[in-house]
Amino acid sequence: MGNLKKLELAVGIFVALGLAAFFMLAMKVSNIAELGEDKGYKITARFENIGGLKVRAPVTLGGVRIGRVVGIDLDTRSYEAVVTLSIEPKYNQLPTDSSASILTSGVLGEQYVGLEPGGMDEYLKNGGSLKLTQSALVLEKLIGRMVTNAVSGDKPPAKTP
Amino acid sequence: MIDGLQRLGRSTLGWLNRLGRATLFLLRLLGALATLAQRPSLIVKQLYSVGVLSLPIIAMSGLFVGMVLGLQGYANLVDFGATSSLGTVVALSLVRELGPVLAALLYAARAGSAITAEIGLMKATEQLAAMQMMAVDPFARVFAPRFVAGFIAMPLLAGIFTAIGILGGYFVAVRQLGVDSGAFWSQMQAAVGLVDDVINGVVIKSLAFGWVANWIAVFEGYDAIPTSEGISLATTRTVVNTALVVLALDFVLTAIFFGV
Amino acid sequence: MTVRGLSFHYGDRIIFRNVDLDIPRGKVTAIMGPSGTGKTTLLRLIGGQIRPNAGRIEVDGACVHELGRKELYQLRKRMSMLFQSGALFTDLTVFENVAFPLREHTRLPENLIRTLVLMKLEAVGLRGARDLMPSELSGGMARRAALARAIALDPMMIMYDEPFSGQDPITMGVLIKLIRTLNDALGLTSVIVSHDVKETASIADYIYLISDGSVADHGPPQALERSNSAWVEQFLHALPDGPMSFHYPAPSYVQDLSLTEESSRD
Repeated sequence: MGNLKKLELAVGIFVALGLAAFFMLAMKVSNIAELGEDKGYKITARFENIGGLKVRAPVTLGGVRIGRVVGIDLDTRSYEAVVTLSIEPKYNQLPTDSSASILTSGVLGEQYVGLEPGGMDEYLKNGGSLKLTQSALVLEKLIGRMVTNAVSGDKPPAKTP
Repeated sequence: MIDGLQRLGRSTLGWLNRLGRATLFLLRLLGALATLAQRPSLIVKQLYSVGVLSLPIIAMSGLFVGMVLGLQGYANLVDFGATSSLGTVVALSLVRELGPVLAALLYAARAGSAITAEIGLMKATEQLAAMQMMAVDPFARVFAPRFVAGFIAMPLLAGIFTAIGILGGYFVAVRQLGVDSGAFWSQMQAAVGLVDDVINGVVIKSLAFGWVANWIAVFEGYDAIPTSEGISLATTRTVVNTALVVLALDFVLTAIFFGV
Repeated sequence: MTVRGLSFHYGDRIIFRNVDLDIPRGKVTAIMGPSGTGKTTLLRLIGGQIRPNAGRIEVDGACVHELGRKELYQLRKRMSMLFQSGALFTDLTVFENVAFPLREHTRLPENLIRTLVLMKLEAVGLRGARDLMPSELSGGMARRAALARAIALDPMMIMYDEPFSGQDPITMGVLIKLIRTLNDALGLTSVIVSHDVKETASIADYIYLISDGSVADHGPPQALERSNSAWVEQFLHALPDGPMSFHYPAPSYVQDLSLTEESSRD
C-alpha cells in the first residue's frame, strides 16, 4: 500500500503547513509579545477632551513607548474624561508632577498619550494620577479659532483724519 | 397577486422543509462520528482530497490577493504619506475578512463542489444503496469522513491563505514599492492583536465557515436527484448556497467581533 | 422467504396491491413483468430499504420491516443484492471491491482475505482482472465483479436486479451459467427480477409474473408455457399485441384523420 504512505505524507505536510501558517500569524503578525502585559501599574489622568483617543493606544515618554491606555471613563460629576494608563513595571520612575498630553501621530495617525517628566523626587505608583494634562486638539475648534482671527484681523483700524 | 403569494408561501415551506432535512442529516452525521473514530484512515484519505489538492488554488489566490492589497493600499496611503501603515492595512484586511471569507469561497468552488459531485454520483450509480445492502452505514463510511476532513482542512487553508497573502503584500510593498521593511512589520505587529484579530478573525470564522461549507457540500450530494442533471444542479447549489451562507455568517461574525 | 398481503404505493401510484409470494430456500425464483411494474421496488422492500404500507415480508422467519437498525444490518449481511449496474465502488480496484464486505464485517487477517477474494474472483472468472479499476471493465465484467462481491460473505440469499439487461449474448450466457451454478454449488436462494423472458426462464425453478401491481400468474416455467391467460402468453412469447395493446389510448383513427382533412380544405 505504497500509495497510502505517499498520501499520508502529503496530508502530514499539508497539516504542518497550516500550522506553520498559524504560527507565523501568531509570531510575526500579531502583538503576541504584548500579551503578558498587564503586569503594568495603573495611573489615571483627567482630560477635558480626549479627542479620538482609544483604548490600547500607546503611552510614550520622549517618544519611547512605555505603556498603553487600558480604560476610558467619564466622571459624571466633574464632566471630565478619566483615562487609565497601564505603565510597564520597569518604568517606575515617573515623577508625580509629570504631565500628559493627547497627541496625534502624523496627519492620519492614531492618537496617543505623550508624557513629559516633571521634576519631583516622588514617583508615581499604582493608583496614582497625573495632575497636569493637556487635552486633545480638536480640529474643528482650531479651524474655528483661525477663522475668527482671520475675520477680526481683516477689519482695518479706523483712520483718524 | 394571490398567485404570487401562494408561490412565495410554497417556496418558503419548501425551503424550510429542506432546512429540516439538512438538520436531520447533520444529526445523523454527528451520530456516525463515534463509528468513524475507529477508522481514522478514512479521514486521512479525504484530507488529501479536500485539503492537499486545494492547496494550489488557495496558495496562488492568497498570493495574488495579498499583492493586490499591497498595491491598492499603497496607492491609497501614499497621498497621505502614511505608507508606513501599509503592513497594518494588508494584515488586518486579510486576517479579519479576506482570509477566511475568500478561502471559504474558493474551498466551496473547488472542494465543496467535488464532494457534492462525488456523493451525488455514488448515489446515482447505486453505490450508496449497495453499501446499505451490505450493511455498511454510508454515513460513517462516506459522509462523515468528508465532513470531518473538510472541517479540519478549512481553518488550515484559511491560515495558509492569510499568511501567504501577507507575504505577498510584503513582497509588493517592500521589494517593489520601497516601503520600509521595519515599519511594515512593526506597525503590523502593533495593530494586529492575537486574540482580537487572529483568533476572532481567521480561526473562529474559518471554523464556522468550514462547518457550513462542508455540511452543505455533503448534504447536497446526499440529497441530489440521481441523474446527470440532478448532480449538476446539486453541485451548482453547493457553490451558490455556501457562498451566500458564508457571506451572511461573515456579516454576523464581523458585527459580533469587530463591530464598534 | 414469504411475502403476504404486500401493498405499497408511491404518492398516488399504487405499485403493489395485496401481493403474495413464496420464495423457497435453495431454489432460483424469478419475478418477471413488464418494465415499470416496480420489480426493483420489490427488491428494496425485501431488503428493508423501504417499508410497505401493508402486509408482511418475512426473510428466514424474521419480519423485515419490524427489525431494529442493528438486527436489520445483521440480516442484510446474510442477504446480497446485485444491482443493475453492478454498483462497484469506483475508487477501489476489483480486488478491493470484493474485499470490501470482508474488511468491513470481519476481522480476518489480510492473507486470509486475499485467499477468499481470489477464490470468489475465480468463481466468476475474473481472477486475472483483480487490479483493474471499475471504469476499465466492460458491463458484463462489472456485473461479474459485483457478483463476486455479492458472494464474498457467503450469503444465504442473493437478489439479482435485471442482471441480463443490455448484455451481449455471450456475456448473457456467462451470467446465466454463473447464477445457476453458484446457486446450486453454494446452496443459495436466488431471486431474479427481470424482463428477459427466455434467459430467466431457462434457469428459474419457479416464476412469478407481476402486472398492474398484483401477481398475474405463477408456476414452474413449463406450467406457465401452457397457461390459458392471454396476457401470460403475450408476455412469455414476446408478442407485440394482445392484452397489453400496441396502441397507446387515442381517439378513433378515422376521426383524427378526417378532422385534419376538413380543416385543410378550408
